[in-house]
Amino acid sequence: MDYITHRGQDFLMGTSSNKRIDLTIPILQNMELAATRVAEALAEVMLFDEVKRDEVSMALLEACINSFEHSKSKDRKVYITFTAEEDRLKITLRDHGGGFQRGAVVEPKLEEKLKPGVRKRGWGLKLMESLMDEVEIVSDKNGTTVTMIKKK
Amino acid sequence: MPDSFEVHVRQEGLVWVFETHGYINNLGGEAIADEFHKTFEKGGKLYLFDLKDSKIINSIGVSVIIEILEKILEREGTLAFCNCVPIVKKTFTIMGLTQYAKIYDSCEDGLAQFV
Repeated sequence: MDYITHRGQDFLMGTSSNKRIDLTIPILQNMELAATRVAEALAEVMLFDEVKRDEVSMALLEACINSFEHSKSKDRKVYITFTAEEDRLKITLRDHGGGFQRGAVVEPKLEEKLKPGVRKRGWGLKLMESLMDEVEIVSDKNGTTVTMIKKK
Repeated sequence: MPDSFEVHVRQEGLVWVFETHGYINNLGGEAIADEFHKTFEKGGKLYLFDLKDSKIINSIGVSVIIEILEKILEREGTLAFCNCVPIVKKTFTIMGLTQYAKIYDSCEDGLAQFV
């Protein structure tokens, strides 16, 4: 832990480009876990507490899965940028898929989901918005960019 | 990186205890559902899912658990969870599962509630 904290201080005191990590993951089963490992390591370096680290990981996992499942990305990749800012961690996910309409996504309610024949899926956005401090989605026919922020 | 998922099922009186090991994603959820259907066909009504060794879940896996919950509630049965790590508990709370399924700190506490 001392080593991580020491290296973390080096990282956080570096130039702005040093405070950024770029990760590209292929759309493959369980690749979302590669992204969450980076998020966990960075959040630990930034001295986020365990609860917030887990919340970041869970939100990122859901963001990746949304992109994997819905983007129909031509290059079958998701581009993730992690940026350590003074008091917050910013994570941006981009895909080159067909985009979606945010307004068309219905807020899921378990009472409805438990009715026979009703599709049980569709929780990703709700989880992301509940676990992060800010979530912004920009989507058009050229792809989707999700920006999520977690404050310390 | 987890590449395998296991679910161990045992019966404690009338309660079916499912002990899961690994990431509850689409594949983990399907493995749980397969075992659930076997016990449900035998008339199962009371279920306790021990998630001690499932520290990572995703909403696809939980969606399968919602399908299971629907069937249990149709039969007027009960589903409960135990040994959940905090982020799993929080995820269940956000999704509203805790309104329909209680979460216990330990298996013993969970089983005691079914007696």
